[in-house]
Amino acid sequence: MSATASLAPIVSPGLAYMIGGLLVPLLRPAGARGYVLALPIAVLGYALMLPEGHHATLAFAGFEFELLRIDRLSTLFVIVFLIAAFIGNLFAWHDDDPVQRTAAQLYIGSTLAAVQCGDLASLFVFWELTGIASVFLIWARGSERAFRAGLRYLLVQVGSGVILLAGLLIHASATGSLAFDHIGLDAPGGKLIVLAFGIKCAFPLLHNWLQDTYPEATVSGTVILSSFTTKLAIYALARGFAGTEMLVPIGAVMAMFPIFFAVIENDLRRVLAYSLNNQLGFMVVGIGIGTELALNGAVAHAFADIIFKALLFMAMGAVLFRTGTVNGTDLGGLYKTMPWTAGFCIVGAASISAFPLFSAFATKSMVMTAAAEQGRWGIWAALLFASAGVFHHAGIKIPYFAFFAHDSGKRPEEAPLSMLVAMGIAAALCVGIGVWPESLYALLPFPVDYRPYTVSHVVNQLQLLLFSALAFTFLMRSGIYPPEMRSVNLDTDWLYRRLMPDAAGAILRALTALGRNVAKSFLEGLAATLRFVSTYHGPDGVFARDLQVGAMAMVVVAALAAYLVFYFIFP
Amino acid sequence: MGEHDPRTESAPSHRLPPGEQPHWLDFPRNVTRLVWGLVLISAVVFVADAFYESHPYFKHDGWFGFYAFYGFIACVGLVLVAKWMRTFLMRDEDYYERDR
Repeated sequence: MSATASLAPIVSPGLAYMIGGLLVPLLRPAGARGYVLALPIAVLGYALMLPEGHHATLAFAGFEFELLRIDRLSTLFVIVFLIAAFIGNLFAWHDDDPVQRTAAQLYIGSTLAAVQCGDLASLFVFWELTGIASVFLIWARGSERAFRAGLRYLLVQVGSGVILLAGLLIHASATGSLAFDHIGLDAPGGKLIVLAFGIKCAFPLLHNWLQDTYPEATVSGTVILSSFTTKLAIYALARGFAGTEMLVPIGAVMAMFPIFFAVIENDLRRVLAYSLNNQLGFMVVGIGIGTELALNGAVAHAFADIIFKALLFMAMGAVLFRTGTVNGTDLGGLYKTMPWTAGFCIVGAASISAFPLFSAFATKSMVMTAAAEQGRWGIWAALLFASAGVFHHAGIKIPYFAFFAHDSGKRPEEAPLSMLVAMGIAAALCVGIGVWPESLYALLPFPVDYRPYTVSHVVNQLQLLLFSALAFTFLMRSGIYPPEMRSVNLDTDWLYRRLMPDAAGAILRALTALGRNVAKSFLEGLAATLRFVSTYHGPDGVFARDLQVGAMAMVVVAALAAYLVFYFIFP
Repeated sequence: MGEHDPRTESAPSHRLPPGEQPHWLDFPRNVTRLVWGLVLISAVVFVADAFYESHPYFKHDGWFGFYAFYGFIACVGLVLVAKWMRTFLMRDEDYYERDR
């Protein structure tokens, strides 16, 4: 279990990836494109070669820092992160912006390093690095609006890190250990640490940074953003707070509320961001339940979600790339000229909806079964509602309003080959995991004896999905379904985008006016005092009447002359 | 809109760019056929509940067609609530950009 001394100096895969990423600016764009595809493959090979256990430890100031802790949980995330890195970098092939490419690799590398940290202090360092590196993917969009969104993003990400720091300092000073194992709410600092994890995981009321900032990033930037930060938070929750009861209702709420917003949202990438929030809810419920089946389900679903979420963001990214817009109001009818993108989008939609033969069918149900096994019928019903809802707003809405629906008249070219191949790989994985779930189950932290393909599960799920589709069709044909409209909808981001700046502005204006009035009164008082004084001491005043300046000078000269005379006569 | 008018049922539902041939999905008649196909498959899956042994977790989820009803009602309810939410949450597209 402890490190063998000879393994101490090895470099963690995350650090290796980051060092590799630093080489990107030195390469020519043509070389960099292929390099960032080779990098994840090389690092994956390296990572899989390393033995399990605690490595790269450093004892300092009475604490032990551990940069490389390898077990089944961290290895699973390393594998899926590197797959996502390859797919994301391939999707970004066309974008030779060195800033974006480098920032993406540093972001990926710091996420990998964070996932393999064995102590909280190192986790904090890489936690902050992920935020700082990834903000450039938002700023790279170049607009004023993206700049401000990036600032808001940075504030939230760094803020969560600062809260983590506070929590870990309390924890370390109270327990004497920095080890990143199960922490629990009752441990010293535990509440702060779970708050920090929850921010990055988009807990309810702390969630809106996700929908506010992800759609502002570049075409490929959003794809990469979607794969890492939130899943790092899921990993951290699974590691530190498995079985924490509070997470179950939080996760259930997270699974439900975003789908309402998603139905009325026009920006399709923002719809996907709400959808991401909804999927994270399933994972958080699984972590909260804490049984082996539930934890297996949570991390298996994280694995599947990274891939199908990336696929959906890639499809919308391709649409944005070719048409310049991703608003439901301005799209439609694209299946005619972008059939492959439409097809891959449908695969992603089927996956997120948990259609039989697609990935989430084998993963989401693990969490739901775990909830049912514990008799939690309320949670189970909520998750079932969320499952129907996700099919509605992501499974149907995304492909329908982008590629079908009313004909927008737009005839964009099909997505470039690099994007199609990236989407194809993701789609193949979605189907592969769906058809052969045992391949994923083999990687899970606990042994699996769950079988997803039972007759009742297949029939029940098909009933749920097909009748949800019928509901959509009925609502559309009858005209009840709310049309896509050019609009924004207020969410909690209103508090810090409108309320706080307006309130701060009003306070500032009031203070400025107050300051101006105070200054004005002071100066007027000063002027009045000077006028008063000058009536007596000025040139016409009483005290100035007696002697002229010239007369004074004569007196001084006469006195000086008299002194000189006396000095010479009386030495 | 003339959806049941036999003349327009077999014509494309919108104007196409000049020179473009209509796709089969452009015809409302074909879309209607797709919808009926969906209804048919849904009916088959609904009836399938009679042909296997179910192992319900709770008291109610073993009812005949439970998941079908749940999915349909959940989606209709979801959309109606979302529509209502729009009445107080919706703002102009440039709501956050206006004062800059």
